[in-house]
Amino acid sequence: MTNQQEEIKKVSIIVSRGSLDGVYPGLILANGARMEGIEANLFFTFFGLDAIVDKRMDKLSIVTVGNAAMRLPWGQKMPTWLGAIPGMAAFATWMMKKEMEKLDVPPVREFLQMIKDSGGEIYACKLAMDMFHLKKEDLWEGVSDVLTVGEFYQKAAGGIVLFT
Amino acid sequence: MPVKEILGKMIEFDDDGHLKNLNDWNEEIAKELAKEEGIAELTDRHWLVINYMRQEYQKVGDAPSIRKLTKESGVDTKELYQLFPKGPAKKAAKIAGLPKPKGCI
Repeated sequence: MTNQQEEIKKVSIIVSRGSLDGVYPGLILANGARMEGIEANLFFTFFGLDAIVDKRMDKLSIVTVGNAAMRLPWGQKMPTWLGAIPGMAAFATWMMKKEMEKLDVPPVREFLQMIKDSGGEIYACKLAMDMFHLKKEDLWEGVSDVLTVGEFYQKAAGGIVLFT
Repeated sequence: MPVKEILGKMIEFDDDGHLKNLNDWNEEIAKELAKEEGIAELTDRHWLVINYMRQEYQKVGDAPSIRKLTKESGVDTKELYQLFPKGPAKKAAKIAGLPKPKGCI
């Protein structure tokens, strides 16, 4: 095995979006890191907080309005106006959840628990919490702490930071 | 292709450091592979994971996802990471004599 490059030992992933497709990449990256023995921190900020708000985390959805990459089930590009039709977001969300289950990608709550159990840490952004009038009690029980940006950088020290 | 001598036998490995031939594997070899991964002794719980992975590989042609593994083997995520601390999917597959898992989950 030739491995001249220095291996990644730690990743800190910022999740800033609250749609299903905005949240999953961060979760997959964090879980994948732990699977490789890489230390992983997740930091949820702005609308990304929805993924760790206990009452909202099971109800994340796909954005169909203004999503230029959206396609119909048979592969054709979806006209953007179609995304605004009532029920479209729910349909797209249902489709994506179904496809992900096939690939063994767990729902958000189960996925976060998996990351937590594997030794990954989950943090909430203090500023975003204040902005959305959220309290620690509103968060999922697995959240380790509420951090300021400065504290986040301390946790991220020595590793790489990914913004999603 | 790297070749290493284990227990007096010349064994071929792939570029990821996993066994090249599934048939080279046996429990004694597994114990030696585990030592190389820093696991001094394979307990019953390790064997549960290893045997489940081999069984799944023979059925499906790839190592199971961690989610499937923890749901079906009876070893939960926390324990799995304790058993194979530096990355369970890859390490357990290596010790089980399987190629590097292809999945992302």
